[in-house]
Amino acid sequence: MSAETEPLLSVRGLTKHFPVRQGLRARGAVRAVDGLDFDVRPGETLGLVGESGCGKTTTGRMLVRLLEPTSGSITFAGRDITHGGRRELRGLRQDLQIIFQDPYASLNPRHTVGRIVAMPLQVNRITPPGGVKKRVQELLELVGLNPEHYNRYPHEFSGGQRQRIGIARALALKPKLIVADEPVSALDVSIQAQVINLLRDLQRDLDLAFVFIAHDLAVIRHFCHRVAVMYLGTIVEIGDRDTIYTRPQHPYTRALLSAIPDVTTLGPAGRIRLTGDVPTPLNPPSGCRFRTRCWKATDHCATEEPALTTRDDGGQLTACHYPESGPVGMPTGEPVEVSK
Amino acid sequence: MSLSPVEGAALAEIESSDQEPDEKKRLVGRSPGQLVWARLRRDRTAMVSGVVLALFILAAVAAPLIQRLYGVSPNQQFGDLLDATGMPLGYVGGVSGDHWFGLEPGLGRDIFIRMIYGIRTSLLIALGAALVTTTIGVVLGIVAGFLGGVVDSVISWITDVALALPFLIFALAVVPTFSLRFYGPRDAVPTWFAVTTLIVVFAAFGWTGTARLVRGQVVSLREREFVEAARASGAGLGHMLFRQLLPNIWAPILVAFSLAVPSYVTGEAALSFLGVGLPESVPSFGRMIYRSIDYLQTDPAYVFFPGITIFALVLAFNLFGDALRDALDPKSSR
Repeated sequence: MSAETEPLLSVRGLTKHFPVRQGLRARGAVRAVDGLDFDVRPGETLGLVGESGCGKTTTGRMLVRLLEPTSGSITFAGRDITHGGRRELRGLRQDLQIIFQDPYASLNPRHTVGRIVAMPLQVNRITPPGGVKKRVQELLELVGLNPEHYNRYPHEFSGGQRQRIGIARALALKPKLIVADEPVSALDVSIQAQVINLLRDLQRDLDLAFVFIAHDLAVIRHFCHRVAVMYLGTIVEIGDRDTIYTRPQHPYTRALLSAIPDVTTLGPAGRIRLTGDVPTPLNPPSGCRFRTRCWKATDHCATEEPALTTRDDGGQLTACHYPESGPVGMPTGEPVEVSK
Repeated sequence: MSLSPVEGAALAEIESSDQEPDEKKRLVGRSPGQLVWARLRRDRTAMVSGVVLALFILAAVAAPLIQRLYGVSPNQQFGDLLDATGMPLGYVGGVSGDHWFGLEPGLGRDIFIRMIYGIRTSLLIALGAALVTTTIGVVLGIVAGFLGGVVDSVISWITDVALALPFLIFALAVVPTFSLRFYGPRDAVPTWFAVTTLIVVFAAFGWTGTARLVRGQVVSLREREFVEAARASGAGLGHMLFRQLLPNIWAPILVAFSLAVPSYVTGEAALSFLGVGLPESVPSFGRMIYRSIDYLQTDPAYVFFPGITIFALVLAFNLFGDALRDALDPKSSR
């Protein structure tokens, strides 16, 4: 992953505020996503991880333009796609597809599998060589389904099979980048592994780039090259998978990683317990958004928002005034100010 | 229909294995249309009501042919078969080999052939009005539900206004005015004009129910991810409305349609009775019933034959609509 490669997707200052109205007057806004910066290179997988309500899904939906960003810019393959209309986006839609979280809601119950998978071809008026039916059957085979299931309805399939149908639909236009919005969190653990491995094979064979949204750290670790950790609408840390998992610098990342259940060390050893709840995105805390739950927070954290900068030359970016060092799992003890 | 959503696939396999071996091959390649047909075939109610409906429609379409075979025209009068008070001679309203359902008291016209022609006019008006109202209602409802916002507010407001207007008073006022606009007070209004006027009047009021029904359904469906998947693939508004959403709301639309048809049959009868419907010379199904009310005590057979027929027609429509909904629903448990 050389840094010189032109990024396929480049996001700068991406923001989404949902206005909250009472009557006709606006009463502030839910700051669901507040100033994201990240790049995805061709063939790369970026994991977006964070707890519920941190803006992961909103981000994914903005990337495929199901939601209009409030501000910021999205550049895909050198073109600014932040505010393009349907016609301008037409060519681009083919390169940028989404896999949804709920395999029960994402397939039209009145359409056959063949019609569902052919839908992207149909709306873009594409006739693949050999005909639509042949292409659909190829796609079904590609995702590990029986091509003869062409005429069946979604309700005749299990959750995992349905998710495969959703993947086949996303692949129909031969995209370059797929936004996968929690593609396995609605599935059984045993099925999760199958679907993840399928996505990994597809990524390798078709040279796809992924933005992989999940709250399951193990899944992210298995699948992603790079990981971005989100908290309350911002990225608090972004870096290569191994760096994030072995040497996290942000206290929140540490707390997240320490929460992974580990059968070898049952009990509270090494577990960082965060107290309190996530603050409301209507009125996020000043300065560092994590400071209300951070055990290292000082007055400095309340006044100045930490920038997402690198601390060493590992390419890992952390938004923290007092970053951690050392491998994960070590009890961090008392707050220690790190000299800069 | 014993397929539950989860076990559908498994059951399909089991079912196919205990039928003939060539059944299995067919099962794999069956298209959705074939599936609906197969489900209808297995539903006894659907088959019976369907056959009844088909007979009605056949009778309506083939009315001139039936007239030729029967040998009596709808406006032919048989005064010699009536007694001095105008009541038909013989039993049960004058039923005989020549006049199967007897004769009308007073004018002495043949009831059977007038009913055949009456089915023709009634079905034409009812089906026409139901088609027009359903189309208008579906389009307005689906657009209002999906787009929301100002469009929804405007369409809902128009719906409320249309619902607030009293139908009968409006029809009584508009239909004669409308006829006078094109024809003089002494001219005979042609049948096609009267029929079109009736359909227009029904359409102006009938779409509101369907529009509200469809709007409600669409509001509950528009946030579903399969609609967003279409949008993410670059689908236009038309595709999302009519390819993605519409197939999911066919069931309530069909039920509304199947309930609308019989209500227009009676609606046409009511308007004809009040003198703003069809001219007297046109055999109208509902009009016969209203005329026969006067003879309820003296000649019950005159009420009986049209009454039973209209009952069968309405019942068949409702049962068939119900069965069709079950057959169209792939998750239906019946």
